[in-house]
Amino acid sequence: AQTINARPSPLSTDQTPNTFEEITNYNNFYEFGTGKEDPARNAGALTTDPWSVEVAGLVDRPGSYGVEDLAPDNALEERIYRLRCVEAWSMVVPWIGVPLASVLAKVGVQPSAKFVEFETLVRPEEMIGQQRAILDWPYREGLRLDEAMHPLTILATGLYDQPMPNQNGAPIRLVVPWKYGFKSIKSIVRINLLEREPVNTWKQLQASEYGFYANVNPQVDHPRWSQATERVIGAGLFGGRKETLMFNGYGDQVASLYAGMDLSVNY
Amino acid sequence: MIRGINNALRRIPVWAVWLAGAVPFAVLLWDIFTGGLGVDPVQEVEHRLGQTALYFLIGGLAVTPLLRLTGVSLMRFRRAIGVICFAYALPHVLAWVVLDMGLLWGQMARDILKRPYLLFGMGSFLILIALAVTSNNLSLRRMGGQAWRRLHKLVYVAAPLAAMHWLWAIKVNEIAPIFWAAVIALLLASRLVIRRPMSWTRPARS
Repeated sequence: AQTINARPSPLSTDQTPNTFEEITNYNNFYEFGTGKEDPARNAGALTTDPWSVEVAGLVDRPGSYGVEDLAPDNALEERIYRLRCVEAWSMVVPWIGVPLASVLAKVGVQPSAKFVEFETLVRPEEMIGQQRAILDWPYREGLRLDEAMHPLTILATGLYDQPMPNQNGAPIRLVVPWKYGFKSIKSIVRINLLEREPVNTWKQLQASEYGFYANVNPQVDHPRWSQATERVIGAGLFGGRKETLMFNGYGDQVASLYAGMDLSVNY
Repeated sequence: MIRGINNALRRIPVWAVWLAGAVPFAVLLWDIFTGGLGVDPVQEVEHRLGQTALYFLIGGLAVTPLLRLTGVSLMRFRRAIGVICFAYALPHVLAWVVLDMGLLWGQMARDILKRPYLLFGMGSFLILIALAVTSNNLSLRRMGGQAWRRLHKLVYVAAPLAAMHWLWAIKVNEIAPIFWAAVIALLLASRLVIRRPMSWTRPARS
């Protein structure tokens, strides 16, 4: 495949990324099955070209956008981010993408908009996990507008120097590195600007376990397991655990977004 | 026909069951040393050991219903099946302690008390320890047959606990743990419904 040239970014971590092999063979993408290796096995069936993203709601220029419109080649940046899953494992991933803020600027967010809602494609004939109602398809996620505008928040279209592999959310996905991985919705077909807080799929399934904010927080446990520590994928059989950092280590940049909020209530 | 099957089974030595029980462990070792465990070897080791233990637990539970329903007797192998189950449950727990939790004793202790899936798992494991420790002939003689059998009926508690341990650990309803929980429920229910061998399992006199 054609390799992508993306500008390095000062927002990248200097930690060593996981291998391409690890990142593309250990995925939670229930549209292709619940096993970690199911997406690598099944996502090849997904057609990602043509693809269009419908932008709707409180925007000046609603309509149907191509991936290239939202994330043009000359705007691509490399963002090496930590990824912390709600299941208490972590990776480091070299994403390629554009700030979500640049996309929102392009479509013109109206002053009344307070939240952004995202939706994943529904196509059960290609996404075989959708043939069972394990989640209420389409997968939906949302961000508060200030979270969406934050410079760390990106829409990613590649990883390493490759176009986004299908199992990682091709052709375009969200990445919010200070939140649990499930917030970073994959294979986006709809972006909707709203005044009210949108529904997100995992909260809808089990609100006592998954909230709207889903900020990485070692002090607020998942009801069924601790979030104090995490297992680092790629550390081997005897890699043990490391302590989970508040906001996944991005606290300096994002803690102010939540000033005055009780994070054990708004988990 | 049943008599023929039972005669054939009688010729199988118990050590053949031990050997068969070692196969999943050998495969696991092979995969560890050849890198066949995928991106997350810790989880793979832990899950495979736990699932194999559960399968042998279910195998042990199936012996009596099979005998009552069909007359086929695997009774000679039942103790071996049970001990093999424990032989997978023990390294499953060790894999959690050493590989998964990295010997973080404080977090483990808090987690066991706080997390239902760990509580269920540990409850099941404690029962399996008691059954494995008393699985030898000496214990059987010392305890007396009645007390020994009463103790070993705790497997009826251990099996549902193990199934709940799996069900409570996952995020959505997955097919495999639901299937095996249903199998355990069926096997336990069959003991209540079918209390003695069915008439057709006894050869008719001519």
